[in-house]
Amino acid sequence: MPSVPRWLRRVISSPILLTFLAITLGLVVGSFVIILTTAPVLDAWRSLFHSWGGPGHAIKTTFDYVGAAYRDMFTGAVIDPNSLWHSITTGQSWTSTLTPLSETLTYATPLTIASIGVGITFQTGLFNIGANGQAIIGGIAGVAVGSSLHLPTIILLPITLLAGVLGGVLTGALPGLLKSFTGAHEVIVTLMFNYVANLILLFTLLSTPLQQPGQGNDISRNLLPGALLSPLFGTASGLRVNWGVFIAAGVVVVAWWFLERSSLGFEFRVSGANPHAARVSGINPRKITILAFLISGGLAGLAGITEVAGTTHFIDGGFLVGSAGIGFTAITVSLLGRNRPVGIMWGALLFAALGVGGRSMQASTGIPLDLATVIQYSIVLFIATPVMVQEIFRIRSRATSGLQLASQGWNT
Amino acid sequence: MRVELRGITKRFGSLTANDQISLTVEPGQIHCLLGENGAGKSTLMNVLFGLLHPDEGEILIDGLPVSFANSGDAVRQGIGMVHQHFMLVPVFTVAENVVLGFEPTKSFDRLDRKKADEDIREASRRFGLQVDPDAVVEDLPVGIQQRVEILKALNHDAQLLILDEPTAVLTPQEIDSLIEIMRSLKAAGKSILFISHKLREVRDVSDVITVIRQGRVVGTAQPSDSEAELASLMVGRDVMLTVEKQESAAGPARLEIRDLVVRDDRGVPVVDGVTLDVRAGEILALAGVQGNGQTELVEALAGVRPVESGSITLDGQDITNASPRRVLDAGLGHVPEDRHRDGLVLSMSVADNLVLNTPRHVPFAYHGTRRRAEIRRNAVERIRDFDIRTESPEAAVSSLSGGNQQKVILARELSRPIKVLVAAQPTRGLDVGSIEYVHRQIVKQRHDGQGVLIVSSELDEVLALGDRIAVMHHGKITGVVPPTTSREVIGLLMTGVSIEEATNA
Repeated sequence: MPSVPRWLRRVISSPILLTFLAITLGLVVGSFVIILTTAPVLDAWRSLFHSWGGPGHAIKTTFDYVGAAYRDMFTGAVIDPNSLWHSITTGQSWTSTLTPLSETLTYATPLTIASIGVGITFQTGLFNIGANGQAIIGGIAGVAVGSSLHLPTIILLPITLLAGVLGGVLTGALPGLLKSFTGAHEVIVTLMFNYVANLILLFTLLSTPLQQPGQGNDISRNLLPGALLSPLFGTASGLRVNWGVFIAAGVVVVAWWFLERSSLGFEFRVSGANPHAARVSGINPRKITILAFLISGGLAGLAGITEVAGTTHFIDGGFLVGSAGIGFTAITVSLLGRNRPVGIMWGALLFAALGVGGRSMQASTGIPLDLATVIQYSIVLFIATPVMVQEIFRIRSRATSGLQLASQGWNT
Repeated sequence: MRVELRGITKRFGSLTANDQISLTVEPGQIHCLLGENGAGKSTLMNVLFGLLHPDEGEILIDGLPVSFANSGDAVRQGIGMVHQHFMLVPVFTVAENVVLGFEPTKSFDRLDRKKADEDIREASRRFGLQVDPDAVVEDLPVGIQQRVEILKALNHDAQLLILDEPTAVLTPQEIDSLIEIMRSLKAAGKSILFISHKLREVRDVSDVITVIRQGRVVGTAQPSDSEAELASLMVGRDVMLTVEKQESAAGPARLEIRDLVVRDDRGVPVVDGVTLDVRAGEILALAGVQGNGQTELVEALAGVRPVESGSITLDGQDITNASPRRVLDAGLGHVPEDRHRDGLVLSMSVADNLVLNTPRHVPFAYHGTRRRAEIRRNAVERIRDFDIRTESPEAAVSSLSGGNQQKVILARELSRPIKVLVAAQPTRGLDVGSIEYVHRQIVKQRHDGQGVLIVSSELDEVLALGDRIAVMHHGKITGVVPPTTSREVIGLLMTGVSIEEATNA
């Protein structure tokens, strides 16, 4: 492409454009799912074979439904322009206007923290599949401190969060030490420890003093008011977004500094990019492996306690189970953000928005929430196969590094 | 069989690897394709062998145009190729490897071993390729494995054999016998396309020499032309083949290796009682065929492979089984054998690679924070001093040519305060210009009073650089000789003959 100016070439070969195109493709896949699963749309197309009406009606119906679905998804996850205009002109109902944004930020907060933890191990060439278990243990440890010590907020909140971090650190230390000293593969150890953590959770909730007094169910005591991350606009506002947002933002900044600017972060990245050269250059692989897991586990633990202190205020047997398992989503989000803190932040916001918006769409159009999941993971598929996206849009690029590390070879 | 290439052009993106290349191989001719690494020789051969499709041009066999969809087509047309890296199944016998894919069978599709064995004995006899058909390939020396590859091609009834850098892995004696084999194949009417960048053997065996440079044919030469003429044709300018250096003023021992025993990954003691001294102001060249323990010896020196017994002392400091960090800080400069694997992080910038083993050292870091201005300033200086050709200090090292990548490593190691430089295969895969440069830098280290240990499987390099030459075979030093020693004697030492026998032979 000799005639293309340099800046334009840089833009079209940049990972940001590729991500944007992958999101576009994910939405295209989603619209096909809508077409194939929504009865009125299918009927409109079927009627083409029965009557002489042109395809105009069928096309219009399709666009109506797909458009409505994505519009609802957007207004449910970010903001509804009509409602915004109403609030500005009348000064009323700000709560309902801002609720979508607040919900998206609420979901993105622990997800960002956990995903950055996972991203740091990916950048080091290690795989932490156990962020969920680490977050659970972090949550338990945080609840143990935050529900029992009657201290002023200024002391209780920090030590509650610290307890969460420590719970994650200890859980993360295990695979790190096992890998360093026995060679046990971290994927197996971290993956399996998720089950252990789930069972520890049930044990804690049913057989220890952490269980809600007078309850037979698997529910913990509530955090004391002083241990909570309170809503940004006060409890009365009805908006759930809480001070945890600033913790997540702080994690993004510190993680960025750590990876891009610190000596240890450089050693992490060298180890991830070429473990052989790292060793020859005097970097101790054992030390790096252990530290990466301590940091990653600590962040997962922080994510767990942030979720508890900011949103749920207690833990139950369903804590971080199934679709709420942020430790698993974190793997995908990290991939989406190319393992870089700032990218991960955007990835977490996108994932949270699709989840929140999907729920709103389900409520208003009847298209199931699963569509959002289809879109989420289609995007990740397209991100993980940049060559495919380049082929579809016919662009050439050199910007595929880093990501391949995470989406290829698990044992290199 | 007469094979003609006409106007072959092959592009990879913006790079033109082959540009309008034409050449003809006559029946019974040994035609050499001479060129530097990266000149486009292998691309051309892959086109001829059907592995790549030319963008322009055609291939004619006995005057008729042919086109190959894959290498199977090429084999059916009578073209055989012996790759630089052998394509043999290590746990199969010679006979099994040779017939693989074209197995003679008895009833019920059973392998006819007897027929296979006979075929091989017959081919061995006819072309002077002695091989035991029942031997298992992994037990055979590299030179014999190469014969198996040649037999395999002949078994597919090849009329034209492509030999891609066949001598790179051989001892001088094995090279001699390969040349014998090539001559007998020629006598039997086979044509050979011989790819090499080693001038001596090219002059020795070729009938016609085609020189390519940067993807173009730059000339045809005769074997009677001098090495200097061939070299300047290949490189495009006059080349200094010998290294200028003053008389060695060797001082006290800087690196002392005593009775060193090192095991490889399988637990075999591949360094078996090595004792060597590298003195200040001298270059000790360690010669030997690859795979005789040199790699493991260097790894042990660098601290990345455990030492079983014996000791390593660097300037009075015991660094036996020290960590790589301690070894580096004690003053050992290390140019690793496999620079892509051990020497560089290809995805990272030139600037980062220049501080790869000093990331926490003054002035590149301050209390755990990298000082990017210093790292960049360092890069700008190194790029200037070592003439590293790069777009910018921020460019990824993977975007540099092999020669410039090696300059990055040299710049990094030689700008640290080192006492001994250990360079393993420092010029492997480099073009002649870069080789010259690397050699000058190594000699400069010696001149500055450092001890230098060069490990090389290139005899030319060993002879040009070494003040003393140690020869390694099967984990042992078979002799330490002066550089005035004849190639024949060194060649014999490389095969394990004792120094007394070698000098008497």
